[in-house]
Amino acid sequence: MTAITIPTLTRKTTMATAAATRKNMKEGSMADTDMADVTVYTKPAEPKIKVPKFVTNVIPGLISLVCGLAIWTFVSTYVLGQRAFLLPAPAKVLTGSLMLPDHFAPMMTALLLTTRVALFGLLLAFIIGVVTAIIMKHSKLAEKAIYPYAVILQTIPVLALVPLIGLWFGYGFASRTTVCVLFTLFPIISNTLFGLQNIDQGMVDLFQTRQASFRQRLWMLELPAALPSIFTGLKTSSGLSVVGAVVADMYFTQGTPGIGTLITVYTSRLQSTDLFAAIVMSAVLGLIVFEVFNKLSDMVIAHWHLTRSHE
Amino acid sequence: MTATKTMPDTLHRTGSITFDHIGKQYSNGVEALSNVDFTIKPGQFVTIVGPSGCGKSTLLRIAAGLSWPTSGKAVVPKTKPGVVFQDATLLPWKTVLQNVELPGKLDGLKQDDYEKKAMNVLYNVDLDKFADSYPGQLSGGMKMRVSIARALSLEPSVMLFDEPFGALDEITRLHMQDELQKIIVNNPFTGMFITHSVSEAVYLGSRVIVMAARPGRVIDDITVPAPYPRPASYRYQPEFQQIVERITNALIKGSAMSDPEHGSPSK
Repeated sequence: MTAITIPTLTRKTTMATAAATRKNMKEGSMADTDMADVTVYTKPAEPKIKVPKFVTNVIPGLISLVCGLAIWTFVSTYVLGQRAFLLPAPAKVLTGSLMLPDHFAPMMTALLLTTRVALFGLLLAFIIGVVTAIIMKHSKLAEKAIYPYAVILQTIPVLALVPLIGLWFGYGFASRTTVCVLFTLFPIISNTLFGLQNIDQGMVDLFQTRQASFRQRLWMLELPAALPSIFTGLKTSSGLSVVGAVVADMYFTQGTPGIGTLITVYTSRLQSTDLFAAIVMSAVLGLIVFEVFNKLSDMVIAHWHLTRSHE
Repeated sequence: MTATKTMPDTLHRTGSITFDHIGKQYSNGVEALSNVDFTIKPGQFVTIVGPSGCGKSTLLRIAAGLSWPTSGKAVVPKTKPGVVFQDATLLPWKTVLQNVELPGKLDGLKQDDYEKKAMNVLYNVDLDKFADSYPGQLSGGMKMRVSIARALSLEPSVMLFDEPFGALDEITRLHMQDELQKIIVNNPFTGMFITHSVSEAVYLGSRVIVMAARPGRVIDDITVPAPYPRPASYRYQPEFQQIVERITNALIKGSAMSDPEHGSPSK
């Protein structure tokens, strides 16, 4: 029987092994012991400071906002010099326009009108879109007949249709709403149709074994099952509704001005602080409308449908 | 075929399913079912076992009214059967209770009526405490029990099961088989149960029908005499083992005779 040699553990050897292990542990989760043919996985080293989650979610956005404002101010103040009217500094936009009531009031009135156009256009598009999608789902003929025109709706430039719309509906609220509907209709049709056509076959079978009527199928199965897709369409269209309303304001200027109308007016008069203020307000409107529909979607379907929502 | 005496006589069972020379051929020439001819008598719980493609699910869908034969006819009771699919197919936007109420609601029953029936059947499957939960909060086994409860809620005379335990893990599956036996004993339906597991077919069925594929056809029809409910130890009895052996041999013989190219048994 061969003698087994046991290495003598002196203080020097144990310290050396410990140091080697510490060195390897720093890297994270792998530690090579003095045995060459194994890999050891252990818990990685803990980060020294624990950062609360809301900080990691909020701080990066704040930092980019501050950086953006800083760059904007720098360019406006030092780079443009005499042509500062091209890009007024954020501080100037605030003090020279947003905070002055006689500048702010007409912009707010205009914004409210634009909001009305956007929401009314969205509502119309929603009703027309969902009904159209339901018809297309239940009739292959209707689907083939309507779909190409829905696609054309998506691709045709609004500018090409503006003279026609002006001729038909005048240059006021009705035309603005029409433009808004043109922007928002297609996403609602295509998303709703997608949702209706992709219902789990097992559920369809279930309703068939119970010999459910058309109305029962529509209200108790098809529309609820399609809700997540309908909301996807609504969220997309909500952003587009603001875009559509602002663009419409720019072309159809009759009656009370919308924010888009003011944007063209300020541009032509080179009132750049007011122009930027109006742009900022339009952007904020778009954000608010989108968030409203996001929250609405969460309230209605979150308890049963896992949708990715932005943090 | 003599009526099996394995079901308790206390419950009056009336449902029956007749498959009268059923054939189903697809336009590409594949014969999913060929001359399937048998009757499930009132009170029987017939399990149908066979390999993939033997037409067992097709047969169930014909009995459920989801598909139709290209020849022959299927005769089922006028009252709608309770159907349990492999996927529980619960509506995720409705609570457990609302899901179980669904057949009653679709039938036009009054709210008090369908609510009471639904709570009743939930007590029977021991899920009454989850009445207000959503399907997303339940495990696979629990969802299947809700699906079975839903099918039972209107006390149908016929229940159809399409591999309901196929997606469950082994432990849950064994537990559900025993749950199902209790349900069979306490509810007056006649049953048709599809499975691809030979041991499940023998454990649960009062009569086992063995099918083969290409073309889909019946190759054996065996009575399982043991009364319900069968203990777990039944799986180790010689009678059980002999029936399993008979079925396994039939399945092997059946697949050897199948012709993959033409869908007919090679002579």
